[in-house]
Amino acid sequence: MTRFGPYGGRYVPEALIAALDQLTEVYEAAKLDADFQGEFARLLRDYAGRPSLLYDATRFSEAIGARVLLKREDLNHTGAHKINNVLGQALLTTRMGKPRVIAETGAGQHGVATATAAALMGLECMVYMGEVDTERQALNVARMRLLGAEVTPVKSGSRTLKDAMNEAFRDWVTNVDTTHYVIGSVGGPAPFPAMVRDFASVIGTEARGQCLDLLGTLPDAVLACVGGGSNAMGIFTAFIPDDSVQLFGFEAAGDGVDTDRHAATLTKGSPGVLHGARSYVLQDEDGQTRESHSISAGLDYPGVGPEHAWLKDSGRATYLPVSDAEAMEAFRLLCRTEGIIPAIESAHALAGARVVAERLGPDAVLVVNLSGRGDKDMDTAADWFGLV
Amino acid sequence: MRSGEAYAAAKAAGRAAVVGYLPAGFPSYDGCLEAMKAMVDGGVDIVEVGLPYSDPVLDGPVIQAATERALRGGTRIFDVLRTAEAVAGMGVATVVMTYFNPVLAYGVERFAADLAAAGGSGLITPDLIPDEAAEWLEVAAARDLERIFLVAPSSSASRIAATVDACDGWVYAASTMGVTGARAATSQVAPSLVGRVREHTDLPIGVGLGVSNGEQAAEVASYADGVIVGSALVRCLLDSESPAAGVAAVGALTADLAAGVRRAA
Repeated sequence: MTRFGPYGGRYVPEALIAALDQLTEVYEAAKLDADFQGEFARLLRDYAGRPSLLYDATRFSEAIGARVLLKREDLNHTGAHKINNVLGQALLTTRMGKPRVIAETGAGQHGVATATAAALMGLECMVYMGEVDTERQALNVARMRLLGAEVTPVKSGSRTLKDAMNEAFRDWVTNVDTTHYVIGSVGGPAPFPAMVRDFASVIGTEARGQCLDLLGTLPDAVLACVGGGSNAMGIFTAFIPDDSVQLFGFEAAGDGVDTDRHAATLTKGSPGVLHGARSYVLQDEDGQTRESHSISAGLDYPGVGPEHAWLKDSGRATYLPVSDAEAMEAFRLLCRTEGIIPAIESAHALAGARVVAERLGPDAVLVVNLSGRGDKDMDTAADWFGLV
Repeated sequence: MRSGEAYAAAKAAGRAAVVGYLPAGFPSYDGCLEAMKAMVDGGVDIVEVGLPYSDPVLDGPVIQAATERALRGGTRIFDVLRTAEAVAGMGVATVVMTYFNPVLAYGVERFAADLAAAGGSGLITPDLIPDEAAEWLEVAAARDLERIFLVAPSSSASRIAATVDACDGWVYAASTMGVTGARAATSQVAPSLVGRVREHTDLPIGVGLGVSNGEQAAEVASYADGVIVGSALVRCLLDSESPAAGVAAVGALTADLAAGVRRAA
């Protein structure tokens, strides 16, 4: 499937179409191939550490006024959900016989995951990262280099995730014969949005089964943060057919959606084309992409995956903004009530839990995707809270 | 004049056409028009007016630098259309080269109407493949605007066939796998790509990506119908010590290119 309603498609240079066709063909074959699926499942279990826990966060629940179950993607190898998608794409890369992978990264989690999979499978790896992000996520730059990846700071445009993605596309169009572009979210040209969703959907498949085991029933709502939207699609997908389960995505509102410093693409953007897909985009009236802002590098992106655009328009999911301040308050609350330091990205979904708790009442059961851990965010947190 | 007619006129003169690209609003609105005039006086057959875009994934550092500067200078779609109108008024075939999102945001029908009114003859769309272009194809056909799509060395025979089928005016052959930018040597794969495209169409074929001087233009002109030059012209303006020197360099390079295609003939 290349479209989600009117969204998705392949708005890329013709030079890339052959590679997208090849990827589609190899992926469609892999879906039906027991060897591939077995190898992917084995890596997720033995290497990434799946299944991840579904944890009943009782003290956090008490503080926000509804029962919260945390899907602990922060406990995966490399510290975030990104490893799920990357292991799938790295396996496909070896199937295509390509010796090199490239990736864009914002917070650095996807770059670290790609560098990790490349080390595991003996692939050459180049990661593009906006110069601003290399500064605010310096620890992850060191991790990627330690893992043998080359990290290129991108100095064009806003020097964040969007520009890193531009540079990765430029590399790919030049080196497409030898290189697979491991897109890190559910954006980009087809088949990436559906393929990345499929690789990430193990999150929701597990969470749904764990809920049935623990509760004997389904939760009332599933919550995730949304930048490009892969952790959200990962946990939403298994629940989409369950009409009783409400789906909530939380976008980065930065300084507030009424300022010009936010990354709330679905809340404040409009349909357009960015990075190969038709979806919502933060843009001006000439179609020029607006610069986004978020305290969280992983959500600091002016686009969003096309399936989210469709889930919004069709009403199946609800998308709400969470400001930097609200996210940081939730970040601290989880630290203090549960002894878990979340990624600032994930803290947006934790802040959203308070909003959903108010809507659904104290008896509601909410599953929150704790998409990553916060070690990488210590500098930001220390600054924000004046800790050092 | 339509750009397809400019190809025909060049062919009638026994040579390839020279197609020159500069982004609107670079180095300034007026500075761009002066450079465009120098290109026309230097002998360019077709002008591509670039629409500066915030996320130019198919452009190398030279054109990125120029379009970023044009955007910082406040260049709007309206200015691009005014530029196209002024260039068409110089008596040269004029097309606009643009990533697709600005056209979508402006409105495909409105863009086509305003482009036609400005005297532009069509659009080159580097990130729009015919598969995604239903709305543009319909609107362009209704207004008789040229649809110039790209083919690449990686394009399969069936994709080349489908792409040239959707083209009107001419076909843009991207000579190398890569982004825009001058290269020391011209592409080895371009002649075979042009040969593969000719099996499917009688439309003129322009070759772009990497041509930077008259010698390379002569080489490309020996197998293609048009020689497309962008980054090398932009660099004349980026590298110049003064605006006037930049414009003079654009004129000199265009004259060199125009002499090159005549040498090949």
